[in-house]
Amino acid sequence: MKARSKFLIGSGIIVVTLLALAYVGFTQSKTYYHTITELSTLQGSALHQRMRVSGNVQAGSIDHLTGRVDFILIEQGKTLPVSYVGHDPLPDTFKDGAQALVEGKMMPDNRFVAEQVQAKCASKYEATPDGAPVSAPARNPGQTSTGTNARPSGY
Amino acid sequence: MDILGSVALLLAFLAAVYAFVAGIVGIVTRRPLITKSARNAGMAVFGLVIIAAACLEYFFFANDFSSAYVAEHSNRALPAYYKFAALWSGQEGSLVLWTFLLSMYAFLVLFFNRKKHPELMPYVGVVLAGTQTFFLTLNNFVASPFRMLGNMDAGGVMRLASISDGHGLNPLLQYPEMVIHPPMLYLGYTGFTVPFAFALAALLGRYPGEKWIHITRRWTMIAWCFQSVGILLGAHWAYAVLGWGGYWAWDPVENASLLPWITGTAFLHSVMMQEKRGMMKIWNVWLVFVTFMLCIMGTLLTRSGVVSSVHAFAQSSIGGWFVGFLIIIFVVCCAAYWKNRDYLRSDNQLDSLVSRESSFLFNNLVLLAACFAVLWGTLFPVLSEWVQGSKISVGPPFFNKVNIPIALFLLLLTGVGPLLAWRKTSFDALRRNFAWPLVGGVVAGVVAFIFGFRDVYSLICMILGVFVTLTIASEFFRGARVISSRDGSNIFTAVGELTMRNTRRYGGYVVHFGMVLIFIGIAGTPFNKDIQKEMSIGDTLNIGSYSILCQNFDAVNNDNYESERATLEVFKGGKSVMMLYPERRFFLASQVTETMVAVQSNPFHDLYVVYAGRSPEGGKPVIHAYLLPLVKWIWFGGIVVVLGTILALLPNRKAVLVLRPATETSWGGAISATGSAIGAVARRADAND
Repeated sequence: MKARSKFLIGSGIIVVTLLALAYVGFTQSKTYYHTITELSTLQGSALHQRMRVSGNVQAGSIDHLTGRVDFILIEQGKTLPVSYVGHDPLPDTFKDGAQALVEGKMMPDNRFVAEQVQAKCASKYEATPDGAPVSAPARNPGQTSTGTNARPSGY
Repeated sequence: MDILGSVALLLAFLAAVYAFVAGIVGIVTRRPLITKSARNAGMAVFGLVIIAAACLEYFFFANDFSSAYVAEHSNRALPAYYKFAALWSGQEGSLVLWTFLLSMYAFLVLFFNRKKHPELMPYVGVVLAGTQTFFLTLNNFVASPFRMLGNMDAGGVMRLASISDGHGLNPLLQYPEMVIHPPMLYLGYTGFTVPFAFALAALLGRYPGEKWIHITRRWTMIAWCFQSVGILLGAHWAYAVLGWGGYWAWDPVENASLLPWITGTAFLHSVMMQEKRGMMKIWNVWLVFVTFMLCIMGTLLTRSGVVSSVHAFAQSSIGGWFVGFLIIIFVVCCAAYWKNRDYLRSDNQLDSLVSRESSFLFNNLVLLAACFAVLWGTLFPVLSEWVQGSKISVGPPFFNKVNIPIALFLLLLTGVGPLLAWRKTSFDALRRNFAWPLVGGVVAGVVAFIFGFRDVYSLICMILGVFVTLTIASEFFRGARVISSRDGSNIFTAVGELTMRNTRRYGGYVVHFGMVLIFIGIAGTPFNKDIQKEMSIGDTLNIGSYSILCQNFDAVNNDNYESERATLEVFKGGKSVMMLYPERRFFLASQVTETMVAVQSNPFHDLYVVYAGRSPEGGKPVIHAYLLPLVKWIWFGGIVVVLGTILALLPNRKAVLVLRPATETSWGGAISATGSAIGAVARRADAND
């Protein structure tokens, strides 16, 4: 067999392996991003996927309970009750009126159970429209300037 | 000063446009005087951009808060080095830095080649001027750094206004790496413009042979080195400041800096195929094109918030300009390729699967696969929104699943590839070269397994790391032995002599060794431990062999910030070994909280302690301690990579004993790889670059 065809077969094996790995990794970690308005229109399996939802924390809605923190996210007049069940302390930026991004799943009783909460103080961002730390090109603006308790894995 | 700066920027724009237009006219009419004037205009851009950047720096150091940019990003109390670095702390200034560094590269290229390559340089000048024109358009007309604060007076006339003190630099950026990380990364991004300009120029001008590769080899290595340093500094910054115990999160902005690094690495390897065997010409040209486009795209991703918009709330209008520029580059590249594709025909075919050629092919294949996977994962939220209408993001598991096997395969190739001969390697040579390193690797694997390395990827990484290190060592040893037996010097002198005679080859080995160290550092990740505990004074937390005693909590307040601080005493084996003071600072001016991580680092592990705030339920302070094995190896490996690259950039020392005329094109790799260092000694210095 010619070297060229051997090389092509080898490449084929590598590419197929990587595609399989990519598919597995993809299904494990895909997260849907929805607005609160969209949530009410979701049906069937779409409701049970892992998702991220963002909104503002309704003033006075933060309720510290044993083992969880309840609050209400509001966006364009629509509200979403959220229970935060993660172990990490909530970020300092998480307070009334803050913009928050929650990650987790919808429960059948229309309550969102979040394992991660990121929050950003809204007023800060009105003051500086391009206030992300743009000078740190290798950093994610969302991470550097957000109080976050998301803890991505290493590597 | 704002007028001087603005005028300098505007003149720089005009000079770049002139260099671009006159360059084309010079090429078409073949009038050397016009070409020369275009080149001079191209070099003048640098001088003008220096003036503009100096004006902006002047505003920072003069505390002139009538400048909108300075008012936004500095304040009086800011230390001088942060005032200097505040230049690139915002959008307008970062773009000035881009233009500045790009113009510096352009100046150096035009200056050092002013009497060389008369057929090629005019095209290079045009491509460089075109890129400068784009960035200067942004500097002048889209994101001017010289906007001044103004007030409307009673008569409706605008008057300059000034505020007494600026808003200050974002405290998250007030870390020493702020001074050095962005320039390094940008030197990488902009540096890839040089090989791009030469590749496109060679294609457009149908410049004969592989000369553009010889000319740009060093430039590419310089850009690659800066990009590597930039990425590692960014990782270290994240590690030291963000307080989640990691250095890499597959975040879109991190990925953006990794993508051109991957294709640049692929290019540095595959050019050798073209130099030595006349193969992969189309591939190389496109690798350079893609690398440059990824650099522009990296800047786009960093600036516009297109991708990270899921968790970055800031948006900017500048994205459209970059998309437009990318489309123009892509169209130009396609057109140049289509018109001159016959010029890129390959001279040779692949002879054997067990050969240097095929190891390079596999290297490029998996590097490109990694690049594609990272790009796909990064852009997936955008793509899925276009196609399906719903935004789907993928997380670290996706990136790790694909890239860890790729990285390990690359590590294997790092050991195997350099020892394979060009064209074909015999089984005998394979056994001779690899038997001992392989045994060493397996022994290391067994030892690592006994010591608790039970993660399969980490174990493979350890085995391969030792294997690669031993192959590199044996290469140095064999070459040095030949030299020392000939001139009687001791083996260490001979290693130095050997390295200096072929800096590219042996510098490359040092870079490979640095990568091995980085890989070993990363292989420690699966053994990370962390524990989080609510602690009162007198409580103890155990992690690994350490126990951490909480001695005190106090508040440190000053004008700048309010801070909560923990005083922790660390015990090991019952003995007190150190004190750690993790802190949480709330900056009053910017209303931002920053974590001050306390890290105690040694070659085996880092003890990384975060004061995580107060618990949601009881309001008690929470201490989050991490024990992170081998992290230090990553930073140390980075230093080795830089040293290796510098070594590879040095000119070769002429061997005392030259076995072949120095002008002959050599195939030294093939000879030395079969076990003799004669080829390495005889290898010609790359005299023409």
